[in-house]
Amino acid sequence: MFFASVKLTVYTLVLLALTSIIGTVLLQNGSPEAYIRLYGPGLYNMIQVLHLDRMYQAWWFLLLMVVLCVNIVVCSIDRLSATWKIIFPKNISVNPRRFEKVKNRQQFECHLPMDRFAQQAKQILAGRAGKVMEKTDETGLFLYAEKGRWSRLGVYVVHASVLMLLTGALIGSALGFKANLRLDEGQTADTVFNAYTRLPIKLPFTVRCNDFQVKFYDTGAPDEFKSSLTILENNQEIFTEDILVNHPLRYKGINIFQASYGATTPDEAVFEITDNETGTVETHTIKNADAVPLPSGAGNFIFEGFLPHYNFNGHNLGEAFIGRLDTTNGNNVQIVLPTRFPTFDKMRKGRFTVEVKSWDHAYYTGLQVTKDPGVPFVYTGFLLMIIGCWVTFFVSHQSVCIGLEQAGSGNTRVWVAGRANRNAQSTNLTVKKLVKELKDVSGK
Amino acid sequence: MNSSLLLSAATFIYALASVFYIGSFSFKKQAFARLGFWVIVIGLVANTCGILLRWLESYQMGYGHAPFSNMYESLVFFSWTAAALYVFVEFKYKESIIGVFVSPLIFLGIAYASFDPSITSKITPLIPALKSNWLIAHVITCFLGYAGFALAFGFSFMYFIKPKDAGTKSLFAKLPEWDVIDELTYQMIVFGFLFLTIGIITGSVWANSAWGKYWSWDPKETWSLITWFIYAIFLHLRLMRGWHGKKLAIVSIIGFLGVLFTYFGVNFFLSGLHSYA
Repeated sequence: MFFASVKLTVYTLVLLALTSIIGTVLLQNGSPEAYIRLYGPGLYNMIQVLHLDRMYQAWWFLLLMVVLCVNIVVCSIDRLSATWKIIFPKNISVNPRRFEKVKNRQQFECHLPMDRFAQQAKQILAGRAGKVMEKTDETGLFLYAEKGRWSRLGVYVVHASVLMLLTGALIGSALGFKANLRLDEGQTADTVFNAYTRLPIKLPFTVRCNDFQVKFYDTGAPDEFKSSLTILENNQEIFTEDILVNHPLRYKGINIFQASYGATTPDEAVFEITDNETGTVETHTIKNADAVPLPSGAGNFIFEGFLPHYNFNGHNLGEAFIGRLDTTNGNNVQIVLPTRFPTFDKMRKGRFTVEVKSWDHAYYTGLQVTKDPGVPFVYTGFLLMIIGCWVTFFVSHQSVCIGLEQAGSGNTRVWVAGRANRNAQSTNLTVKKLVKELKDVSGK
Repeated sequence: MNSSLLLSAATFIYALASVFYIGSFSFKKQAFARLGFWVIVIGLVANTCGILLRWLESYQMGYGHAPFSNMYESLVFFSWTAAALYVFVEFKYKESIIGVFVSPLIFLGIAYASFDPSITSKITPLIPALKSNWLIAHVITCFLGYAGFALAFGFSFMYFIKPKDAGTKSLFAKLPEWDVIDELTYQMIVFGFLFLTIGIITGSVWANSAWGKYWSWDPKETWSLITWFIYAIFLHLRLMRGWHGKKLAIVSIIGFLGVLFTYFGVNFFLSGLHSYA
């Protein structure tokens, strides 16, 4: 049957690996303009037809995953009944013949009589290889022990974990969301915007940013940034918590993460206004959106706003204030005052020059708000996958057999051999250690 | 004595070990390989002390973090895991000549860290995203995985230089039996696969607590998954389709190319969240 073949598994995995590369070299979740600028309109058509702009959510990529899942399920059902019979046999029969041609088989003769030696051997075998079974026939006595029969289930656990992971991912994409939220200090919000669709999502509570703090290292790199958030329901404060990167807040199935921060419009700032005609210099503390009269009644200066990143001829000049000079002679100009370049406004060569002298830094906090009810499934899948891989690769179904045969003059002829479904090295080691211990007790 | 001095010493000791291994291979002198082994052990000691000292130094500078925070530190740690795993394998399997392709890899990792001018060895403070207990678990498991794959790559390489009929006259007659190489490659890949799996999972759990998503198809994530797919293919081909020998060695080599791209390529050619190393 088509879905029961391992060939299909291999082909599907190859296709998944190859196609996954596309999304790492081709821009994902970009805007149409971005694609046309990067690849041209012709290629953009193709990108759209094949959904390469969101390829990991594209129908054909999901189809590959579905094929993999069906393949896993069918293969597992196909083989499980046979494995089940091996794992839970009606009765375990000792068959010394199976050990005749094993590579690690060792033989030696000991000076103890067979029944005395058998007692010792049983104990040693039980200690190393599990519960001992005996069998006698015309050639002698066989001691048999095995362990790890259950480990044959490991591979089914690994495959089940893949299904569990994908189930979790499916639940997450159907019922979850990822959204961004920008809050100034003191601001509250109960609606966030989906990061991909930009559609509003109403939260079951209100969140307020009380305070935002950022600490820097001596090198200027950010050390830590922290928001103090309060959760409110029906205007009642429920609790207040500080969140940092790596320390999110979780409430009612919704997670709030510290993602970014930035400068926002300060409440007030100190401006210095110079009248270049008269040489008058005046300093004013102006509140956001307020105006002050210019020297000699020539008009007004208005504090209009603030830009965290001022783009000047393609260069990012950083934080900048925006003001407006509204002069009585009918001139009305907007001026930009980058804080890193205090004398920037001189370049305008106007009658009035404005300079920002000082201001209180104000920040907004960039939060990421997510909900993903699939996470418990995914984490269960993770756990199953680790356990399953461990069992599959490092635990084997190992059986060891010791054959005893009465030799002349009260001696016993002994052979030891071991088999395993995998990890032959460890079985060889078990055999070696057994032989050593057996030789020790026989006083040789 | 500071950590950079110790780590440059380790670089030269690993270089010496590679010379011995390659010499042993070219001149068919087993004794050189035995010597190479002990030189690697000394290199490993220097490497270990270098990493521990660097850890200590970062505390003295007031930053206080495990030395896993940038490309330099990760390369030094890569060489450490590969050397440690190799010492363990040679100790267990008693096949010394298998180090001929592995010892240069160990050397190249740490040498690249020291000699590439774009890789700074300065101890820098930890960026906020890396401040987490997951850092140590994630880095150690990923690099154990990488080390397993690197060794598997070194072993697979022997398929392409060892002649089919290893007559005693042949230059390469000293190489181990085919089934030993096959078994060793398989064991290393199984080891690497388990740890890559745990590495991806720890990274994923970490991402869920730092960025709010356990998987976001970031290039680093995607490439680690691609590498995981390649080795999953290797395991299915070997265990279920009976592939072995040269054919399978090619898959192992492709897998290691995946590792290299995940490790370096992603940072050089693609941009993403995982830009520190």
